[in-house]
Amino acid sequence: MSKKIYLDNAATTPVAREVLEEMLPYFADMYGNSSSIHSFGLEAREVIELSRERVASFLSSKSEEIIFTGSATEANNIFILGALKGDEKAHVITSAVEHDAVLETVKNSGADFTVLPVDREGRVSLEDLKNEIKVETALVSVMYANNEVGTVQLIKEIGEYLKKENKKRTRKILFHTDAVQAVGYLPANVEDLGVDGLTMSGHKIYGPKGVGLLYKRKDLKLAPILFGGGQEGGLRPGTYNTPLIVGMGKAVELLESETRKEKTEKLRDHLIEEVLKIKGASLNGPRTERLSNNANFSFSGVEGESLVMLLDRKGIATSTGSACSSKSLEPSHVLRAMGLPDLEAHSSLRVSLGRSTTEDDLEYFLVNLKEAIERLREISGR
Amino acid sequence: MDHFLSPKNMGVIEDADGVGEVGNPKCGDLMTIYIKIEDGKISDMKFKTLGCAAAIATSDMICEVAKGKSIDDALKITFQDIVDGLGSLPQVKVHCAGLAQEGLKAAVEDYRREN
Repeated sequence: MSKKIYLDNAATTPVAREVLEEMLPYFADMYGNSSSIHSFGLEAREVIELSRERVASFLSSKSEEIIFTGSATEANNIFILGALKGDEKAHVITSAVEHDAVLETVKNSGADFTVLPVDREGRVSLEDLKNEIKVETALVSVMYANNEVGTVQLIKEIGEYLKKENKKRTRKILFHTDAVQAVGYLPANVEDLGVDGLTMSGHKIYGPKGVGLLYKRKDLKLAPILFGGGQEGGLRPGTYNTPLIVGMGKAVELLESETRKEKTEKLRDHLIEEVLKIKGASLNGPRTERLSNNANFSFSGVEGESLVMLLDRKGIATSTGSACSSKSLEPSHVLRAMGLPDLEAHSSLRVSLGRSTTEDDLEYFLVNLKEAIERLREISGR
Repeated sequence: MDHFLSPKNMGVIEDADGVGEVGNPKCGDLMTIYIKIEDGKISDMKFKTLGCAAAIATSDMICEVAKGKSIDDALKITFQDIVDGLGSLPQVKVHCAGLAQEGLKAAVEDYRREN
């Protein structure tokens, strides 16, 4: 088994060479604590601020609106819990297909909450959202694009609606979106999107793991949920992790010059077309309104985890749903929210393409996919 | 791993004396166990399983362990016997061994109903 093909870019991506190179000096050579006033500290401070500017330029925001965090999960927690803290009557609206980093945060916030259903393609309806808004509603958090099926939500429409609604309300509704999977593939102008908060992750965009960020509108006050040395406006205390922040900044800068979206989309469309020729194959999620690097299928008579393992034997990395769900036995909460029966949800396979995916990779994948499905159907007798 | 990649006992016994169908769509596993009985002993046993690698491997292993045993002895096969046969089984997959036991039990019940 010499061939290795990585088709799990929604789980994580490799660090781009340019990103790694830019990070390296900040481990052993330029190691100053950016809070120090000497030259070592200044050196670190300058590159952290450069990263912040790069991100701000990408999101069309102001630099001071960017908060570097240790992960996207942390960014979601800082925004959601920070927005709700001290507000005992607060009501939150989120969606059934959110990543656990949002869903679990909302559930554990102590606030009253509503989970919006989704349609068969995994999309939230604006009408449903409107119907769930109460006097107490303080926050709406809906992801930009889904991590399992790639469904793109109508963030801009929700943002516009909330802006109008807020003009009539005394208690304003904040709008947050987890854009971890979306950035790099979809427009990310926070002004256009109409969001008050937006979460990004480093390692999904060819940056390092262990770093994420939160965009937070400047005039919005969040209550801190972490306490310490007051870094990042007191919202994310802890010594600045210079190399990772530098990596995040560079990764975002590379996204701006990304020209591969169309190429990825072409490859993905070809993949979907070919896979759907397999008997008993179906596509989960929408045909077009999905991330250009995402495809998610179900195969009758085949269990997803077995399929992932057989493909792995051929050097092909794919996933059943989200990488984190593979430890639990429950079928994907996303596919179930979309109305898939349990068995179909268990037979799902997520294929997520990346910058390095080629047509040849997909040909090799298709041949082995067909073989694996045949084999598993033989075993299952279904 | 071998019991997943190349299960020896995968298949159907057309003239089976007992067939047991068990499963839990929620955890994604559906198992059918076929047994052939001769002189009160399990002379042959095969399975068809829709499930994860562990479900397939435990299906294969229970066939290995049960073949040649008397019905009563086969019913006494423990979860540990299956795990030992496989070498190891991750904690989250322990229920798969339970499903294999249930499958055998259902096949025996089916046999006893008819005889």
